[in-house]
Amino acid sequence: MNEKKIKLATVWLDGCSGCHMSFLDMDERLLELAEKVEVVYSPLVDAKEFPEEVDVTLVEGAVSTEEDLHKIRLIRQRTKILVAFGDCAVTGNVPAMRNRFHIKEVMERVYEQNATQNHKPPVDGIPTLLPRVRPVHEVVKVDVYLPGCPPRADAIYFVLTELLEGRIPDTTAVTRFGA
Amino acid sequence: MTQRITIEPVTRIEGHAKITIQLDDDGNVADAWFHVTQLRGFEKLCEGRPFSEMPSLMARICGICPVSHLLASGKACDQLLAVRIPETAIKLRRLFNLAQFVQSHALSFFHLSAPDLLLGMDSDPKKRNIFGLAEENPQMAKDGIQLRKIGQTIIELLAGKRIHPAWVVPGGVSDPLTVEKRDKILSMLPEAKEIALRTLQWFKRSLENFRDEIRTFANFPSLFLGLVTPEGEWECYHGRVRVVDENRHIVADQLDPVEYQDYIGEATEPWTYLKFPYYKPMGYPDGVYRVGPLARLNIIDGFDTPLAKQEWVEFRELERGAILSSFYYHYARLIEILHAIEKMEELLNDPAILSKQIRAIAGLNNLEGIGVAEAPRGILIHHYKVNEDGLMEWANLIIATGHNNLAMSKGILQVAKHFVNGKQLNEGMLNRVEAVIRAFDPCLSCSTHAVGHMPIHIQLIGADGTLLDELRRD
Ligand code: SF4
Repeated sequence: MNEKKIKLATVWLDGCSGCHMSFLDMDERLLELAEKVEVVYSPLVDAKEFPEEVDVTLVEGAVSTEEDLHKIRLIRQRTKILVAFGDCAVTGNVPAMRNRFHIKEVMERVYEQNATQNHKPPVDGIPTLLPRVRPVHEVVKVDVYLPGCPPRADAIYFVLTELLEGRIPDTTAVTRFGA
Repeated sequence: MTQRITIEPVTRIEGHAKITIQLDDDGNVADAWFHVTQLRGFEKLCEGRPFSEMPSLMARICGICPVSHLLASGKACDQLLAVRIPETAIKLRRLFNLAQFVQSHALSFFHLSAPDLLLGMDSDPKKRNIFGLAEENPQMAKDGIQLRKIGQTIIELLAGKRIHPAWVVPGGVSDPLTVEKRDKILSMLPEAKEIALRTLQWFKRSLENFRDEIRTFANFPSLFLGLVTPEGEWECYHGRVRVVDENRHIVADQLDPVEYQDYIGEATEPWTYLKFPYYKPMGYPDGVYRVGPLARLNIIDGFDTPLAKQEWVEFRELERGAILSSFYYHYARLIEILHAIEKMEELLNDPAILSKQIRAIAGLNNLEGIGVAEAPRGILIHHYKVNEDGLMEWANLIIATGHNNLAMSKGILQVAKHFVNGKQLNEGMLNRVEAVIRAFDPCLSCSTHAVGHMPIHIQLIGADGTLLDELRRD
């Protein structure tokens, strides 16, 4: 077979990595996919600068820092089909629970009340938290929604194989919020 | 007149951890920092929610080790109910944790580190991943995938779902184990054991290829801390805290984990979102300690299963005192996989595992609860306070990667001192700095994320702010 491999990227914003672990739960199907898909960028393979002209990018997690914002915009520019991968990307889910509080309160809890030494929030060489955590589609256009916390490996496999066939998958039959 | 090298493993692109290396006037490494660049705020965002939600919510801290958070959270909630949970519930939770040790250690060893170990630290970065491993050594890649799959399948059989199952509840677990499921799990264990033994043999043979790494990978005296049984053996669910020093002398023993605040302090530093726990009696930063597989194998007097016991005796012969090189975390991880498999077999062959008495039902009887368990990466502490309506008012979480924060920073400094000199940067040094972090297997999604190989961008900046050298691994 001489077909060109599909270029796949997976990225991680503010999520728990559970969606990526569910990706690995495809088990031996991973090696089968590797025949048709080239993973060009991912925390699971050796990573590069996010490449140009990626066919499909799975985005796990919500947008919660300045850096996430910057990244997701760049990724959108360079990706044909962007998949909101898991509930955090789709709705903001768990990370968005901090939206009820002011950032200052979050920092105080973690670094002042719950510390026994120094008692100061970090400030140096780290990205700033956004005041509100947002789902991916509030920031850039999303092409496919794959809900679930995490989506099951079967659902991920379904989406990838549909995309490989050139179809935009209908995920409603294979997964749901909180699945 | 100092210069700074910044390694940004993941910043602009993947970005939740980076490293800064400070040079002195002569271009020698003076200091190094490990920055964690993400904060998720679970200690605050849980506030106002019913405590019964906590296991499911806290599991979402990390998709790699959700079982650990489920257990620590479940145990904290047991205390809020003020109940002693049924024996079978304890056995089932223990089984659950052991299955996680298998899947999580398999991920760390095969999917993430084996590419370095098999293909070499200086091999083509493009190949250094599980797919490259599959081309080079299909058997090993398949073993890794299979072993992780077995661990995950056991979790699914017990709890209904591989990641974030809702099976651990305050007072026990929600569903008993059926005979069919028990038999199915038992039937998978022989293959798992074969893989574990095969990999251990391979790893021990290849140790001599890594002399330099063994010598420099966070190889320094420190304390080691973890849970042991009353007999001083390996423990992952209950147990009490033991601390040993670099000579393997016991500094403290059988400490009550619930009293953790008496002996563990937490410091903050301006350059990272991850706090620095330390052993209080020795102060900060002298009270640096390590947790996780290497620490557990250093603190225990032995295992209570035959194969792991034998491997541990051999492991112990590496050094007289404690095993100090963090490179041996990999070795320790493999021995723990073997033990977990043996132990699961033992638990499943105990008829009590099938009992339907798996949950203590009670209302809120305590306003404060502390749950402690060993996660694959080390001891994990959940501490909750609730109001009279059972709504969360306060939480403190100390995660395994946090405990190792000081040691990781020191380890990076050591590797940098050995492999960085002058104003030139090179790829071998980059990869080793990464690899030392990987040896600790930081579950950075518990605090940040850095699974696998990170894109690296190092800048060497002179005292006047000009760029002296730059290296990017694309
Ligand atoms: S959707 Fe669920 S599994 Fe995925 S990153 Fe978010 S919390 Fe984790």
